[in-house]
Amino acid sequence: MLKRTALYNEHIKLGAKMVPFAGWEMPVLYAGIVLEHLAVRDNCGVFDIGHMGIIDISGANALPFLQYLATNDASLLAENECQYSILCNEAGGVIDDILVYRLKGFFRLVVNASNTEKVLAHFASHQKERANVVHRKDISMISLQGHGAKEAFPGLPVSLPHNHTVEWKGIVVSRTGYTGEDGFEFFVENEKAASLWKEILEKNIPPCGLGARDTLRLEAGLPLYGHEYNNEISPIAAGYSWAVKFNKPDFIGKAALLKLKESGAPYKLVGLKLKDRNIPREHFNVLSGGANIGWVTSGTFSPVLKMPVALAYIKPQFAQLQTEVEIEIRGQKYSAVVTSKKLL
Amino acid sequence: MNYPGNLLYSKEHEWAKVDGDLATIGITWFAQDALGDVVFVELPKVGAELKQMDEFGVVESIKTVSTLYSPVSGKVIEINQELAKHPELVNTSPYDNGWIIKVKISNQEELKNLLSQNNYEALL
Repeated sequence: MLKRTALYNEHIKLGAKMVPFAGWEMPVLYAGIVLEHLAVRDNCGVFDIGHMGIIDISGANALPFLQYLATNDASLLAENECQYSILCNEAGGVIDDILVYRLKGFFRLVVNASNTEKVLAHFASHQKERANVVHRKDISMISLQGHGAKEAFPGLPVSLPHNHTVEWKGIVVSRTGYTGEDGFEFFVENEKAASLWKEILEKNIPPCGLGARDTLRLEAGLPLYGHEYNNEISPIAAGYSWAVKFNKPDFIGKAALLKLKESGAPYKLVGLKLKDRNIPREHFNVLSGGANIGWVTSGTFSPVLKMPVALAYIKPQFAQLQTEVEIEIRGQKYSAVVTSKKLL
Repeated sequence: MNYPGNLLYSKEHEWAKVDGDLATIGITWFAQDALGDVVFVELPKVGAELKQMDEFGVVESIKTVSTLYSPVSGKVIEINQELAKHPELVNTSPYDNGWIIKVKISNQEELKNLLSQNNYEALL
């Protein structure tokens, strides 16, 4: 049985195309992926991200618990600030990539829907620190993304700095997102989610589905768990060493990650742009001179660049910008050029 | 959604409009809706010989890719050049401007393997 977010009925009313995603029944699109994608890039759009896992951690040991389990340094967070962080295993592979918020008297983590149960089990297995871990199923998340949001929805806390939160109309608002655009994300109680959603739609801000969320994050070079990350891929390979703080006390994965940082990861995450119109898809081979040098992790047709693009792990000696490589698509080789993973 | 009564359909969601020994071929409303935004159609060369249900190209959408199967046997005599610039015609006009290829039918007998509108709709 698929789970439904607090906004399920709204999606049905809007005629969304619903699909199963990470155990949830979610809108993949309303008007169309390209239209929704361009709405966010050109102006703004709103997403139901109520499938994301929200986990609050409190108690005297909340900070040491997080410091041991996550790679970034949560002690650097001021109240109402958030940071990107990563939960690693001992080998340095990624269990999940998360946002860590420091709110009044507790930490709030936002974890991937596909990993929520795994993360909760991981936390339960490291409970010697005795922090209070609560899965907040009573809270939804709505994400308003795009530079036009400020004008489209007057009254937003526009002076809020990036990666900060503020209480606004009784709702925790965060200046964050997963599209490469400016934006606001709302932590709203389930029973109030539909009224906030409708208030946003009344401003003629279009609803956007998971399809556009994926193409937007891909163009922005943002990793998605299960594609750019898994339990065998390290944050070093993905280019997120900055979210691993080696100067803090011991944390899970520290020794392995330090070794990787010194020796260099065997693969590096890069962007690829193709000249032809065939689209590279996940798991397609990347080649150079006929030899396999890596694999595509995500690929699509970029609605902004109007060309096929991909994120791929390739051997570091080929990761120099502008390097010509090939992608194998249905038995044929197509030429591609290495770019920054931030494709726009 | 609509499935015109004057077309024949394949189980792989192609349609064929047969006019004498000429078949115009495209994908159905159902197929284009399932694919979503079409961004590229890989077409065969004019002159290519196809057997019924041979692969003759692919349709790439933002989300996914789908193989095209020829509902008839015969020689490709025309491809829709407009699709190079405007692949979205497959979405906006699947039965008219979004046609994909025209084939000179070499075996009329095989048309009986295709589905009528009613039988195709029953499949969906």
